Amino acid sequence: NEGKELSKEEKQRLRKQKKQQKKQKERKNEKSETEKEKTPVSLLPPPRPVATQKAPSALPAPASAPIPVPASAPFHSSPAPSPADKPAKSKAELKAERRARQETDRAAKQPGSSSSGIKTKVPLSELNPVVKRLPEHVQVDDPAVVKRLAKKLERQQIPLRSDYGYKVSLFSHLHQYSRKAPLTQQLSIPSTVIHPSIVRLGLQYSQGIVAGSNARSVALLHAFKQVIRDYTTPPNEELSRDLVNKLKPYISFLNQCRPLSASMGNAIKYIKKEISNIPSQCKEEEAKTKLLTCIDRYIEEKIVLAAKAISKYAIEKISDGDVILVYGCSSLVNNILCEAFEKSRKFRVIVVDSRPRLEGREALRRLVQRGISCTYVLISALSYILPEVSKVFLGAHALLANGYVMSRVGTSQIALVARTFNVPVLVCCETYKFCEKVQTDSFVSNELDDPDDLMVTRKGKTQLENWQDVSSLGLLNLVYDVTPPDFVDLVITDLGMIPCTSVPVVLRVKNLDQ
Amino acid sequence: MELQAVLMAAGGGSRMMDLTYNTPKPLLPVGNKPLIWYPLNLLERVGFEEVIVITTKEVQKMISTDPKVKLDVKMKLDLVCIQEDADMGTADALRHIQQKVKTDVLVVSCDLITDAALHEVVDLFRAHNATLSMLMSKAHEFTETVPGQKGKKKTGEQRDFVGVDDTGKRLLFMANEADLDEGVVIRKSIMRKHPRMHIKTGLVDAHLYCLKKSVVDFLADNKSISSIRGELVPYLVRKQFSKSTNSPKVIDETHQNLKKNDKIQISSRDEELLHLTQERSCWNDHRGDMSDAYHGGRLRCYVHIMDEGICYRVNTLAAYIEANRLAPKLFDEPAVHPSAVVSERCLIGADSIIGASCQISDKTSIKRSTIGVSTTVREKVKVTNSIIMHGVTIEEGCNIQGSVICSNAVIGRGADIKYCLVGSHSTAREHNSKIAPEKRLTECHRAEVNITYHYKSITYNNCHKVSK
Repeated sequence: NEGKELSKEEKQRLRKQKKQQKKQKERKNEKSETEKEKTPVSLLPPPRPVATQKAPSALPAPASAPIPVPASAPFHSSPAPSPADKPAKSKAELKAERRARQETDRAAKQPGSSSSGIKTKVPLSELNPVVKRLPEHVQVDDPAVVKRLAKKLERQQIPLRSDYGYKVSLFSHLHQYSRKAPLTQQLSIPSTVIHPSIVRLGLQYSQGIVAGSNARSVALLHAFKQVIRDYTTPPNEELSRDLVNKLKPYISFLNQCRPLSASMGNAIKYIKKEISNIPSQCKEEEAKTKLLTCIDRYIEEKIVLAAKAISKYAIEKISDGDVILVYGCSSLVNNILCEAFEKSRKFRVIVVDSRPRLEGREALRRLVQRGISCTYVLISALSYILPEVSKVFLGAHALLANGYVMSRVGTSQIALVARTFNVPVLVCCETYKFCEKVQTDSFVSNELDDPDDLMVTRKGKTQLENWQDVSSLGLLNLVYDVTPPDFVDLVITDLGMIPCTSVPVVLRVKNLDQ
Repeated sequence: MELQAVLMAAGGGSRMMDLTYNTPKPLLPVGNKPLIWYPLNLLERVGFEEVIVITTKEVQKMISTDPKVKLDVKMKLDLVCIQEDADMGTADALRHIQQKVKTDVLVVSCDLITDAALHEVVDLFRAHNATLSMLMSKAHEFTETVPGQKGKKKTGEQRDFVGVDDTGKRLLFMANEADLDEGVVIRKSIMRKHPRMHIKTGLVDAHLYCLKKSVVDFLADNKSISSIRGELVPYLVRKQFSKSTNSPKVIDETHQNLKKNDKIQISSRDEELLHLTQERSCWNDHRGDMSDAYHGGRLRCYVHIMDEGICYRVNTLAAYIEANRLAPKLFDEPAVHPSAVVSERCLIGADSIIGASCQISDKTSIKRSTIGVSTTVREKVKVTNSIIMHGVTIEEGCNIQGSVICSNAVIGRGADIKYCLVGSHSTAREHNSKIAPEKRLTECHRAEVNITYHYKSITYNNCHKVSK
């Protein structure tokens, strides 16, 4: 069984490598210095023979590789480019080989440390041939990358959404779109290229009707169910390959409407894996029903049941007489509080809110509707009410591989001030939001929302109405920020209550399971 | 397939009988193109590939031979004929084609001339999963004088009251003055849910509706509704706030009963997912009260109100004239058709259109006018602010101002026509000469004018007097 899996993984890996090699050759002809400087790891995998051995399970990249390289796919190809075709090398031997090579390369690197980026990266590539690229959405100020993106979208027949307004220089590498210019302006009205439920979903994302990590993932999976239901395999094609190719333009379209969240990324990876794992002799109807049940099960397990498990753990941490502080509107935290209230815990809640989204109002409404007594403050009053607070519950958009918590902008402030007041901070997050990215600051990878949201009209006057005319003024509307693990005391997941630094362990366990 | 387009072209044009007694309304020339070309062009530009056109047999014959439609319209037209005397309303027509309707429909009327961005209407329909989404526009005053009308104000024009919420997108209330007894009555349930409502009266309904498929199926069961604009839309707007629609709505139930068992299961599981999405999403369409998004209602009606841009419904003579003035500005085609023979010593203003195969002789002056196809204009003719349709012959020395000359008419020498409407196939002689006895004759009195004009249809009685 494992042998068969290996061969399939192998085939996929080899296909990937061939593609990468082709791309390398193309890029060698027209590469620029700046581009190379930006990409941390070069992309020159050595030519590999057909039957190379690889470790059956993913080797934990952060733990073993001396250079922390974020892994992009659950399949990690072996870092051992041994020219000889030895079929049965053990894991330990491979590791030893790799380490030896790394040391020699490092020694060789020392004298030539001033060499250009290209040369220093060649040895790295030999170690880890998995392609590591900076994602395109954080390289918007590089015209070559933008051109590449435009070409890719053109090939997929998806319109390119143009950036809007002046971008603050620190964030000029990110996209900034305007809500008044939806992507559907450039699409034909009975949309034929993109499935109508995906167009609807994209509109709902860009207008903010579906907001929040869980809601976006559920809506995404729901739309994929419609797509799968309406899909028919064209002749001479395999469902497992063709359906994945069909989904790619849809995902680009959704990305253009609003950058994908980490939870959506994981859901997409899961679906793609399920689709590719469909055996070729499976009939279409059977395959489709199997996929639909897979999606239902994923939602049921990872979102609904996970929420129940997290509530169970979290309720243990809520004691009578508690004053709990929450920030913004996290569906999971609201769920926990409502369940705790139903289990007759006596507590009161302080809802902290911030502009421009003012999501706290929605959280306030949902809690008060249940009968929980709440207080509402803006984030500027945080340090005044923290002396009253006994616990802070925060939701998360994603948990990064180095233990940082990515959440709504303002969360890191709350965690910081809470730490100063010695108030415990508990982050609640389902495991499907764990992501293998590594980030230590909120600048590199973030999302810029519509800057016009910052304009407020009071008594008929909008002071910032003509902000575009003022050349030295820039409006910045950040969506996410990153909280370091030192400020977080506990992470409550469906696997239990873990410290923030155990996230890579959970990721490793997850990959082993898969 | 996401949307199917349905073009309603079976209307009689009852408010401009002078023009439509001879030519059916969809084929009236506006800017030298048949009226039906404009909505077809709009649909084609937006990306539709097929249109279902509901029309009468007469129109169907003429459309299939019309050169403009055949050449320019690349979409596939599925012409459905209905009996002319059946007096079918627009909703009846939709019921008639219920079998052809497989997804949500976009209903357009044949007399709509607009440059609106249709994606605004359809985006409201998609994003909020609405049952109805429509287009309206701020009405512009018609500035041109209409031939045959005394004074500017049209009597008997009933106002429409349209109520929208604070965002200006959600349609809360719609009623016509004719249906109201004394005053506007607004139910408390609406005010409780939407305490701020803006009521507008100066809006033109573009008669462009996005309807869900379940509405078409509902129409099939409810044969009492015969007009979309008059009955169906107010019904749907009222139904948004009725108590029974908070549980599976009436429209949905009839639709689900028709589905097979497994499809019901699919839709219920998908409903659960949609419900889960809404539950987890931190968005609400209103604030200030304790209810969920959309107040938990499943039926939603939306409207997009255009502030700027052209939007005309050519169903009255005034609108027809206004449309003729503005229609050429929508497209940049050459004002003078290349096949027209225009002599050198004539003055053609910049905003005039000359149709194909025309013959314009010397010393003519044509300003702000539309000259139709195959029209002959002899020497020393002055045409200002007028609409001349196809096949008209204008003899020498005529002076035509502010008039509409219908197709195949003949204007005799030296005629001086001001603000008149000359019916088709009629002749205006030089002097008060005798007219053939079988035609009804109405005379027009004015100092220098010597026209007599008459109509083919004997039932039409009014005299189109000169407005001065």
